[in-house]
Amino acid sequence: MEQKKLAIIATKGSLDWAYPPFILGSTAAALGYEVEIFFTFYGLQLLKKKLDLKVTPLGNPGMPMPLGMDKWFPVLGTTLPGMEAVMTMMMKKKMADKGVASIEELRELSLEADVRFIACQMTVDLFDMDQSQFIDGIEYAGAARFFEFAGEADICMYI
Amino acid sequence: MADFDQELDASGLNCPLPILRAKKTLNGMESGKVLHIIATDPGSVKDFEAFAKQTGNELMESKEEGGKFHFLIKKA
Repeated sequence: MEQKKLAIIATKGSLDWAYPPFILGSTAAALGYEVEIFFTFYGLQLLKKKLDLKVTPLGNPGMPMPLGMDKWFPVLGTTLPGMEAVMTMMMKKKMADKGVASIEELRELSLEADVRFIACQMTVDLFDMDQSQFIDGIEYAGAARFFEFAGEADICMYI
Repeated sequence: MADFDQELDASGLNCPLPILRAKKTLNGMESGKVLHIIATDPGSVKDFEAFAKQTGNELMESKEEGGKFHFLIKKA
């Protein structure tokens, strides 16, 4: 049986949205898939050596808030200074308590399982990022490179 | 529970860690050897069924005992 292929485009750079590409990529690899993840725009934050990912309740009515805050807290409250830091801290604690892996761990497990990471060169230039900010073992390329793999993929997802 | 050659305690770990750890452990085992996995994630019951089906490793046993889930997987 020919090896199945999974192609993912990761476009988001927040703590919550960092999970799907790494969870699905590492799991697919464990199931025997060949996996490539193309990181573009804010998704490039997921490749930084030092991750500083945050989660915010701002503009996210689906986010469960602790202590019933979503019931009595005015929407404006989610814009308060420090709210993002507090929510990020609470989210990280909750994840650790529930045995959910950290992004660092899932990223490492993905690499160990031979998931290939491709960083969008255009975004690196656009945001004046430096390759030294990113982890090793990444390929830098453009859209055509993505399609080389995605065109042969069994599953392709945009996250 | 039948005999096994190696054991992996994935208690307290959530999706997808039990599967990833199991895959890693199986990688280091010889064909025909049996891995006993212990997990507490209720989602792992369906996940190990799906894992076995897609990787060809046989799920010999799957049961709940004492609030934990036990799986026996034979490496293909």
